[in-house]
Amino acid sequence: MKMMRGLLIPALVLLLSGCDAVLFSPSGDIARQQRDLIIISVVLMLIIIIPVIAMTFMFAWKYRESNKNHDDYAPDWNHSTVLELLIWSAPLLIIIALGAITWTSTHKLDPYRPLDKIDASRPVAEGTKPLVVEVVALDWKWLFLYPEQGIATVNEMAAPVDRPIEFHITASNVMNAFFVPSMAGMIYAMPGMETKLHAVMNKTGDFEGLSANYSGAGFSDMRFRFHSLSDGDFNTWVAKARADGNTLSREDYLKLEQPSEREPVHYYKTVAPGLYSAILNRCVESNRMCMSDMMAIDQQGGQGVVGAYNVTSLDAGTRSRLGVADDGKRYVGALCTARGATGAPVTPAGRPL
Amino acid sequence: MNTPDLVTLIFGRLTIEAIPYHEPILIGTFAAVALGGIALLAVLTKYKLWGYLWSEWFTSIDHKKIGIMYMVLGVVMLLRGFSDAIMMRAQQAMAFNGNPGFLPPHHYDQVFTAHGVIMIFFVAMPFVTGLMNFVVPLQIGARDVAFPFLNNFSFWMTVAGGMLVMASLFVGEFARTGWLAYPPLSGLAASPDVGVDYYIWSLQVAGVGTTLSGINLLATIIKMRAPGMTMMKMPVFTWTSLCTNVLIVAAFPVLTAVLALLSLDRYAGTNFFTNDFGGNAMMYVNLIWIWGHPEVYILVLPLFGVFSEVVATFSRKRLFGYASMVYATVVITVLSYLVWLHHFFTMGSGASVNSFFGITTMIISIPTGAKIFNWLFTMYRGRIQFEVPMLWTMGFMVTFVIGGMTGVMLAVPPADFLLHNSLFLIAHFHNVIIGGVIFGVFAGINYWFPKAFGFKLDSYWGKWSFWLWLTGFYFAFMPLYVLGFMGVTRRMNHFEDPSLQIWFIIAAFGALLIAGGIAAFLIQIFVSIKRREALRDVTGDPWHGRTLEWSTSSPPPSYNFAFTPVIHEQDAWWQMKERNAARRTEGYLPIHMPKNTAAGVYIAAFAFVIGFAMIWHMFLIAGVAFLGLLVTAIGHTFNYKRDYYIPADVVARTEAARTEELAAHV
Repeated sequence: MKMMRGLLIPALVLLLSGCDAVLFSPSGDIARQQRDLIIISVVLMLIIIIPVIAMTFMFAWKYRESNKNHDDYAPDWNHSTVLELLIWSAPLLIIIALGAITWTSTHKLDPYRPLDKIDASRPVAEGTKPLVVEVVALDWKWLFLYPEQGIATVNEMAAPVDRPIEFHITASNVMNAFFVPSMAGMIYAMPGMETKLHAVMNKTGDFEGLSANYSGAGFSDMRFRFHSLSDGDFNTWVAKARADGNTLSREDYLKLEQPSEREPVHYYKTVAPGLYSAILNRCVESNRMCMSDMMAIDQQGGQGVVGAYNVTSLDAGTRSRLGVADDGKRYVGALCTARGATGAPVTPAGRPL
Repeated sequence: MNTPDLVTLIFGRLTIEAIPYHEPILIGTFAAVALGGIALLAVLTKYKLWGYLWSEWFTSIDHKKIGIMYMVLGVVMLLRGFSDAIMMRAQQAMAFNGNPGFLPPHHYDQVFTAHGVIMIFFVAMPFVTGLMNFVVPLQIGARDVAFPFLNNFSFWMTVAGGMLVMASLFVGEFARTGWLAYPPLSGLAASPDVGVDYYIWSLQVAGVGTTLSGINLLATIIKMRAPGMTMMKMPVFTWTSLCTNVLIVAAFPVLTAVLALLSLDRYAGTNFFTNDFGGNAMMYVNLIWIWGHPEVYILVLPLFGVFSEVVATFSRKRLFGYASMVYATVVITVLSYLVWLHHFFTMGSGASVNSFFGITTMIISIPTGAKIFNWLFTMYRGRIQFEVPMLWTMGFMVTFVIGGMTGVMLAVPPADFLLHNSLFLIAHFHNVIIGGVIFGVFAGINYWFPKAFGFKLDSYWGKWSFWLWLTGFYFAFMPLYVLGFMGVTRRMNHFEDPSLQIWFIIAAFGALLIAGGIAAFLIQIFVSIKRREALRDVTGDPWHGRTLEWSTSSPPPSYNFAFTPVIHEQDAWWQMKERNAARRTEGYLPIHMPKNTAAGVYIAAFAFVIGFAMIWHMFLIAGVAFLGLLVTAIGHTFNYKRDYYIPADVVARTEAARTEELAAHV
């Protein structure tokens, strides 16, 4: 197997390098391992596929009616135990091999599993903390929150090269898929749910990221740049975000969440506390009950009939202030309003938000 | 609550604005369809064909005629589905370097959704159902299906569903959600307009037809086989049809249920799949794929049967490994229910769940591989004639294994993370659906056409059609595999990277070749009708076939077989010929047959009105139409004149004519 890989992988890579295929020239360790699996599975299956195609042409030529050189026509020959055993066991053996590879690789490359290697030869150093990036797919742009740095960006992200990255992924409204082809395979971004992806970039450079799941009118332009930077450059990038940026309050988020296409890159120097958790739990509006609270209440037996009446929405004043149209969106009302880290209300008293 | 005004009461939310008179492409299409329609109506009226069509075809409960009508429906809808395809190819080939192309997202997103829905539900399904309808009763020596009226009704429900999709072109719009309409995108919040409602109602109406036709054929195969035809003596096509109908009966109710839940979300304010109030879109994704994966086997299994018949007939040899072919089909049937999650490995399931479904998916390739080998060894030591059906079969064998290989690649979850939703995936499923289903349908049409009409299809144009389809397929879809490796995802409206464009241009060229293949097929039909006397087959057995359908005349009499055949072995007709079994020519008895009825047409027409009215919230009209449907259906149960006898002397005369014809051409 090792030898075959050694011979065939370069051959296939060469074949496709002319096509500039990003999946065959990955820049991150996860994408590299995933690419290797594509190649291994192809090679394994070609063991069957090539003979089948060759036999199809061979038999078709040799046993054509006009070929008079053959007198082994056997109109009633329809069974051969040896052949039957062969034609069932050959694919079976291939699938046993491929199944074993699938079981181990699926566990090893489980996107929820923290990395233990930076690349094929370097293990993750003891005590390395992954860079946490919280990804939110909005209609039709990407929001990246950096809890460690306290910044946020739209349609652009950056990460230090060779540092494991831990993505927490969710969406505001409809399903998308977070995909940086040169780094790792895609993971869906879904509203009210969180998916995770552990990955790393091994090369510096400017890469493409995109939404890989159709999400409506602005989907085709839902792309972003991924900058893989040296540690120093990454710090400079963070500093630039801090210097240029605005603040991302809950109100700003509600405005940002409104559908828009081809949103230009912009940065936020600070992010409202708990914003990602509020997005994930669908309670950015302060009069709205978080899904986590709802589930906790339901686990205790629920609110009963009263719960059916606890339905509210953004009031007209807030809507007009935020420029949000009344789309008829209703939701379960919060039992208490969101408060900042100090315990003070996030918004001035007397305003619902 | 306000009292609704009269206009709203009648028209619901349908307004003049729903007519897309500002879209030049649609107006052009509408003009062409209208002119074509008027011309067709004029011809029908001029030649006084209305009465003939109505009494001999539309109200017919003859399984052969219904089968042929399904095929016609499939061809008509193929033209619509393919024009969507060529528009997408053109859009993607030109939308580079800031050029927005000619289809803005609002229109383009409808086009790709309609393409998928039409090709699966209104092209592939009618083709498959049509072939089964025509062939199965003949192959098992039956005079019709188990429930002839239901068969006619099923067909018209499928037509009604197709008409709803077509109506969305000119009144309102179709869904912009992709062919499976995942919520939350297909929910009321993200898609408030009528598009998703057109989607739901067209599939619900057609789904009734599909489910009933599944029950019907299942009962037919189980209960109506000729004496002596035990399960292990059934022709392979009948076996694959049996398995397909088991899948239909078990899977389509799931689709009906999940679409019903989605409509409750959209019409009644429930929250099964919404983001808030405890809804969960993942339930929809799971349910729709629990139907969706069996669906692809519903489509392809009958064609595996076609290839088995064709390969044995044109190799002049018994099918190799009949028993293992049957077991492979049954194993695929069972396994097809255990793989649905492979359509969403990327939605965050754990590693053990993903590997379980990945491995079950790979296991399906074992019986499928065994089938390919069986066809190969049927050719081995045969005398192969490269008639058109055999060409399609050869094209299938080479093309399908490539599609199978890329399918197994996608079944490895970590590899799927890179390839999911990419053009690689698009290339894969077109590889198996075109290479498997469409090639099989054309093999089947060329193979059984002489049985249906009494003359062969012209092979010159048949070969043109085959080679254009085959090369067109490779030109159109191999570039998509490459683009998938380049990280290009599906459903894109325009592109930034100019280096991709060349691949899209090649793909568009491939689509043009396929257009040529479709044109050659239509020319083939036309030329064959003109040359029908030269292509005439009087024997009823133009290919030296092996199964019972070739034992009767072409086209078969309405009663199929004057005497119910008695079966002793597999390949019953081949064995009869080997034994020089004499055709019985006397002792005819009156034959009990079902009578034509128009009830199916009426009920399906009401179903169309209900669907259209529900889409536009014309609840009054929907209610009235529903009442009409009930009354017609109940009224039909009081129709006791449902059968008649063909007198023995009529049978004797028909059979005597055949005896004479056979004698004249020995």
